[in-house]
Amino acid sequence: MPYLIPKSVTEIAPAARSPWLDARQRFVRNRAALVSLVILMLIALTCLVGPWLSPHAYDDTDWNLMGIGPTWDHWHLFGTDELGRDLLVRTLIGGRISLTVGVLATLVSVSLGVAWGAVAGFVGGKVDAFMMRIVDILYAIPYLLIAIMMVTILGRDFYLVVLTISAFSWMDMARVVRGQTLSIKSKEYIEAARAIGVPTRRIIFSHVVPNLLGIVVIYTSITVPGVILTESVLSFLGLGVQEPMTSWGVLIHDGANVMESSPWMIWFPGAALTLTLYCANFLGDGMRDALDPKTR
Amino acid sequence: MSASDQAPTAALLQVQNLQVQFATNDGPVYAVNGLSFAMQRGETLGIVGESGSGKSQTALAIMGLLARNGRATGSIDYQGRNLLALSEQELNTVRGSQIAMAFQDPMTALNPYLTVERQMTETLQLHKGMDRKAARASAIRMLDAVKIPAAASRIGMYPHEFSGGMRQRVMLAMALMCEPAILLADEPTTALDVTVQAQVLALLGDLQKDMGIAILLITHDLGVIAGLCDQVLVMYGGRVMEQGSAAHIFHHASHPYTRGLLGAIARIDGQGGPLLPIPGSPPQMAQLPSGCPFAPRCAWADGLCDSQVPALQDIAQAQSEQALRYPARRACHRPVELLNLSPGEEGAHV
Repeated sequence: MPYLIPKSVTEIAPAARSPWLDARQRFVRNRAALVSLVILMLIALTCLVGPWLSPHAYDDTDWNLMGIGPTWDHWHLFGTDELGRDLLVRTLIGGRISLTVGVLATLVSVSLGVAWGAVAGFVGGKVDAFMMRIVDILYAIPYLLIAIMMVTILGRDFYLVVLTISAFSWMDMARVVRGQTLSIKSKEYIEAARAIGVPTRRIIFSHVVPNLLGIVVIYTSITVPGVILTESVLSFLGLGVQEPMTSWGVLIHDGANVMESSPWMIWFPGAALTLTLYCANFLGDGMRDALDPKTR
Repeated sequence: MSASDQAPTAALLQVQNLQVQFATNDGPVYAVNGLSFAMQRGETLGIVGESGSGKSQTALAIMGLLARNGRATGSIDYQGRNLLALSEQELNTVRGSQIAMAFQDPMTALNPYLTVERQMTETLQLHKGMDRKAARASAIRMLDAVKIPAAASRIGMYPHEFSGGMRQRVMLAMALMCEPAILLADEPTTALDVTVQAQVLALLGDLQKDMGIAILLITHDLGVIAGLCDQVLVMYGGRVMEQGSAAHIFHHASHPYTRGLLGAIARIDGQGGPLLPIPGSPPQMAQLPSGCPFAPRCAWADGLCDSQVPALQDIAQAQSEQALRYPARRACHRPVELLNLSPGEEGAHV
């Protein structure tokens, strides 16, 4: 039974819209997320470039101006600490460290989490059970205890901080990816791929992974602020990077000690950290709404 | 074909005594119990039955796609090779290229993150080693064949940009890319509305004529069967209740279950009186009755039906070409003549 299709219909040929393009449009329409992204980029850029433009180095002490509040004098816009070091430069340098730790630790924990979760989900059975029990065990270990032990034994070091944070932040990702993999594995389009004779490995890489990317991006954007916060907590407890190198957590720790006499010392690094965390969280929300609009 | 000398009838696909079992926490579930049928090149075999009668599992067993806890025994001969004995790798050379499957729900059977082009050309690249450009060209031709308007520009789009009917046609096109000898269509129209159903069925018929493929059509819709099939199997509880040519099933149905199915179809011309549903519900496949699986719902059942599984036996029928090609068989203890009386007259309990 032939059926007629009007010419006007056959000529409509809209451009292809990938789910990624849709997600980008939804993201761009989200004001809060977009503004957060811009602010985050500004913060990162300032931390990167700022210290070069400043007349002070982060470990220079100004013997004449110790522990003064914000002033135009000698460009100490954020004031100085009790050793006369410029707080603006130190905040920017601290930002470099905090953001770098955030990015590096997130990279490590995301790679580990995705690989772990995907393998557990795909292979299933005993392998899955074994791998997920390891995750459960790691959840049960208090990470601060381990962090204190590692720092005590191995000393304070930037890469050690990254390693410690990574080691205890990949389990969420592993669980989420495993769950998603299990649900994708049972989807009819995977069965359809098997029905046309696609080998297993190709199914994993060209049919399952693209469907995982959305949730991985969402979780990554949520992991970043968590990791930055963890770094601050470790630093605040004196387990972060070694003086005179600094990070936001270290600066807040120092500021908290002299909160009554020199309150600016906690204001500025505190504000920088808070702003960054807010923006990162808004960004994460925006990512989630853009990539997974049904959960709203 | 070269390897067909094993089977004297040269059937394209010969299924013999197929059993499908699933190991579950509640014990074994018997989904298909001793199913046998043969398909010739270019013909359409319909399998009808309620949900859980084993029709979909039959198709999945042929494709080697049973769930992990499922096991198929018996034999499925495709051109002299027993598909059940093939390894996953050997099976991958048959699946898609010689036996293809179209799935029930076009909404979920296409990968949302891949363009239609990538999904369609994959099978050509795998089985025929075609390069992207050639594969794309033949994918566009196939989309044209299933009457997707503006195929050349639509091929780069994602599944969500197609309507349900169009997606079903894309799925058919995907299944037919390598010009398989057999297409397994598992309820290809269930997820579509009636007008689109008619279009897709008409399309299936056209494609079959053009390409000479054999179609195994699984459905619970007798109307679909009537329009398309040469041969029909009526399944219940994983067994064949009745089989024969489509004409036999619709005009001379002699099994209580087949009659029950026919009695439950609404007719648009208002004939046939009120609809007569079959009382009760399909059996639990984990605890099948020891006798005829339909006995608990059958008006004519008696002690024999409860205790013994009836064998599938030939039915005498008027001589015709159809009857010779598709001999009618049924599995029922009650003689056909008795079924023409109402259950009460014969004294059976309900």
